[in-house]
Amino acid sequence: MHWLAQLFTRRRRYDDISVSIEEHIAERADELETDGMPRAEAEQTARREFGNVALLSERSREVWQWPALESLLSDVRLTFRRLRKAPGFAATVLLTLAIGIGANTAVFTVVDSVLLKPLPYADSERIVALWLDAPGSGGLASSSSGLNLSASMYLTFAQQNRTFASLGVWVPRTANVTGIARPEQAQMEGVSDGVLETLAVPPAVGRWFSPSDQEPDGAKTVMLSYGYWQRRFGGDRRVIGRAIQVDSVTRTIVGVMPRGFRMVDQDFDILVPLAFDPSNQKLAGFGYNGIGRLKPGVSLEQADADIARLLPVWMDSWSNGPGTNPHFYERWKIVPNFRPLKQLVIGDVGSVLWVVMATVGLVMLIACANIANLLLVRAESRQQELSIRAALGAGRARIARELLVESLVLGVIGGAAAMAVAWSGLRLLVAIGPAELPRLSEVALDGRSVLFTLLLSIFCGLLFGSVPAWKYAHSTAPLTLKAASRTASEGGAHRRSRNVLVVVQVALALVLMICALLMIRTFAVLRSVEPGFADARHIELISVWIPDLLAADPREVARMQQQIAANLAAIPGVSSAAFAADVPMDGNDANWDTVAVEGRAYQGGEGPLRLYNYVSPQYFRTMGTHIVAGRDFTWDDLNNLSPMVIVSESFARENWGSAPAAIGKRVKKYANSPWQQVIGVVKDVHVHGVDQNAPATVYWPAMFYDRFDPTPQMDGLRFVSFVVHTSRAGTDGFLNQMQQAVWSVNSDLPLASANSNLPLASVGTMQQLYVLSLARTSFTLVMLAIAGTMAMALSILGVYGVLSYAVSQRTREIGIRLALGVPRSQLSWMFVRSALLLTAAGVLIGAGAAAGVTQFLRSLLFGVTPLDPVTYLAVPLALAVAALLASYLPARRAAAVDPVVALRAE
Amino acid sequence: MAKNSEFRDLFPGALEVMILQSLRLRPMHGYALVKHIKQVSGELLQVEEGSLYPALQRMLRAGLLESEAGVSAKGRPTRIYRLTEAGLRHLEQEVISFEKMFAGITRVLAAARG
Repeated sequence: MHWLAQLFTRRRRYDDISVSIEEHIAERADELETDGMPRAEAEQTARREFGNVALLSERSREVWQWPALESLLSDVRLTFRRLRKAPGFAATVLLTLAIGIGANTAVFTVVDSVLLKPLPYADSERIVALWLDAPGSGGLASSSSGLNLSASMYLTFAQQNRTFASLGVWVPRTANVTGIARPEQAQMEGVSDGVLETLAVPPAVGRWFSPSDQEPDGAKTVMLSYGYWQRRFGGDRRVIGRAIQVDSVTRTIVGVMPRGFRMVDQDFDILVPLAFDPSNQKLAGFGYNGIGRLKPGVSLEQADADIARLLPVWMDSWSNGPGTNPHFYERWKIVPNFRPLKQLVIGDVGSVLWVVMATVGLVMLIACANIANLLLVRAESRQQELSIRAALGAGRARIARELLVESLVLGVIGGAAAMAVAWSGLRLLVAIGPAELPRLSEVALDGRSVLFTLLLSIFCGLLFGSVPAWKYAHSTAPLTLKAASRTASEGGAHRRSRNVLVVVQVALALVLMICALLMIRTFAVLRSVEPGFADARHIELISVWIPDLLAADPREVARMQQQIAANLAAIPGVSSAAFAADVPMDGNDANWDTVAVEGRAYQGGEGPLRLYNYVSPQYFRTMGTHIVAGRDFTWDDLNNLSPMVIVSESFARENWGSAPAAIGKRVKKYANSPWQQVIGVVKDVHVHGVDQNAPATVYWPAMFYDRFDPTPQMDGLRFVSFVVHTSRAGTDGFLNQMQQAVWSVNSDLPLASANSNLPLASVGTMQQLYVLSLARTSFTLVMLAIAGTMAMALSILGVYGVLSYAVSQRTREIGIRLALGVPRSQLSWMFVRSALLLTAAGVLIGAGAAAGVTQFLRSLLFGVTPLDPVTYLAVPLALAVAALLASYLPARRAAAVDPVVALRAE
Repeated sequence: MAKNSEFRDLFPGALEVMILQSLRLRPMHGYALVKHIKQVSGELLQVEEGSLYPALQRMLRAGLLESEAGVSAKGRPTRIYRLTEAGLRHLEQEVISFEKMFAGITRVLAAARG
């Protein structure tokens, strides 16, 4: 802080210097006077002997200065003074910068929080997702999480691995919590031993689950999330030891996890130990997410190899029951493909975010080009001043520096304003909360955002400032004469540099607009895909789970479900109601299992894996899924446990050639399962989103019997989604009536609680799921459309600016031409033509660039190629029309020039 | 620095040493300092009066000197310069290095003559 202190004492130092020097001269003059010199002459002589007083004072003062900084500061002061005198210019530039940099900061903050920063767990780079590839397992291994682990896999891996410090499995469930206020559905995470150890986040209150909590007959315990603790218990620390009923099991609260702790990528209300019973596990049951913490220094490949070694051990250690082949799973080709947990959390949102980042970056470049053009024009108007200063001896570097300082000051002020823009933008983003975006809760402006903004501001300032600085530092002296001469119109060099900037702008805008249009066309194609259900806006969904302890007998469960469906259907305004194990586009699949078609031979004796769903009668009617052939299930079919299935159209066509041919044919699950008759064929449903193929699906009755039982017995589904087709979907009154319809069957049945964050478990409409399935495309589309529009507006503004400036500079020339008899229309055309030429050059360059850039978009496109001819024709055409319009005004002004006035000017 | 060719230019550092040596005798204000140097050197050395002031500021900044408000012999307000501890040490080091340099130059001159 030494220099700071110096800054404050400097004023005193300066006074000291002048006092000393004045006294020196006075004393010398006194002496000379004493020697007989007249006073006036004495003073003069004293000054002469002293030397150049002003210069020597300056030198003395300079000792206390940091010369570079001092003159820089004076440049900055000068810039501020000049900007105050041109408020319109300053406002335009600052607004452009604030929006441009602000958008970049906001997107950078999102990219940084979501993609770049490590997960909020200690040594998070050592945490891996236990991802298993299983190419032979059909749809069981999804592209978003691979093949999930079974409990037996976990037990084998946890006991016998050599590469993990800890390893565990977890699974999200919804649970019925009672014993607090009214019954409610809570988001529960079942965790095995090793999960909390892997994430290594200590509890805020109380303790973690102990190993004995994980014993099948151990203490029944539960942990709370911070939010649930605050909501339900008011953050009371005495909650430890209190008992609550979770799915009718009395559990003791042992701990509360801290604020912000999430189960990998999920918000939850309560944690419950999975407490596997090793004496009662099968090979199958691939429903658990695995995570593990590597021992220090262990690589992913070593971990993969370690678990690959354990897969045969797993198959030898467990079974699926008597008479089954434990090595059946060799056909699935299970291979460990562990990856950093972060990669799993981020998923495929990375490509979208980078596209958005690149997009706003391009808009920023276009904005910089615009500002550079404005600065060029401004510098041109200061040409006289700059030339005089150059003539007085200001070096080129000095002048260039001053111009650069001006643009840097603009950049930094713009950056400061941009922070405000970014802050509100992020607030908006978090408020909207796109479901596609993981780690949204971690998104916030921080030091890195500020640093990014500062660097970007300086970069932008240098970028748009370097154009005029370079131009004017190079050619000051000769321009003085030229500018003053009456014959010249404008320096060709300056016009050229402005033209280059406009061409660059048009090219960049073209790239962005092509990307935007490709996304729009993708969206249109997606919207035109028949999802397989109809009138989604009027299909209301609710999930109800009937736990064991509420109704132990599956028949009772089925009876309750049937009653609920009947109650729902009886609500006024409801045209039909039904239920199914799973609804389309909710991110879950009901089940995948093998299906063998009668009369076909399969390798290994069992058919390929197919998507299963379990549905009640009226389900297809309620969803608007057309029955192509045959008939729907009836309640009698279900109650009699009739061996029947309905198949999707693609399944029918694949196996029997056509939908009608499927009726009466038979399929079965396993070799020793009974045959099921196909009674109906329904339209294909795009259950995984309209951009995915509709999988061949087998619909089972919602009541069926399990093949493992020696005699066929009724088994049902405990967790089902009710679908209700009603014109009153989404109204408050209707939601209340639905609740009453459920509670009138059993008042302990919870509906999805309003605070649950999972859309699939909460009350909503089919339309919401449909929109959500398009979220990634629509988010990218909206961002690109905004960016493309901004880019187009900016570049058209650029074209307009360059032309109208050219017209104003060439008024005299236009006057001469008019006086010589050139028709006005030809003059207008001259300007329009130059606009079209600039646009054409930009379009050519831009089209080439777009052809390369759009390859990165490929993964986001659907039904459109990156080189879509329609897009490549439409966008340049639109730009050309816009450029024509932009040039129209200046051209008209040129044609309206009065030659007499023009020539008399000056 | 010197405009008059009958006087020698000062080599770098010489002015500082003369200032330090002069102020070692007693604190002085600027004009007194110039007069003192002229008198002591027998007017063999020409100091451009003004060049004294940047030098004084440099030395103030380096902590070799201190300045305080005072009055001149004629009663005008001025600044009195005084040697600091650091200045004294610096002066002693400089004197030693000058003496070495003079000895060296003398030897070289003597050898050339011999």
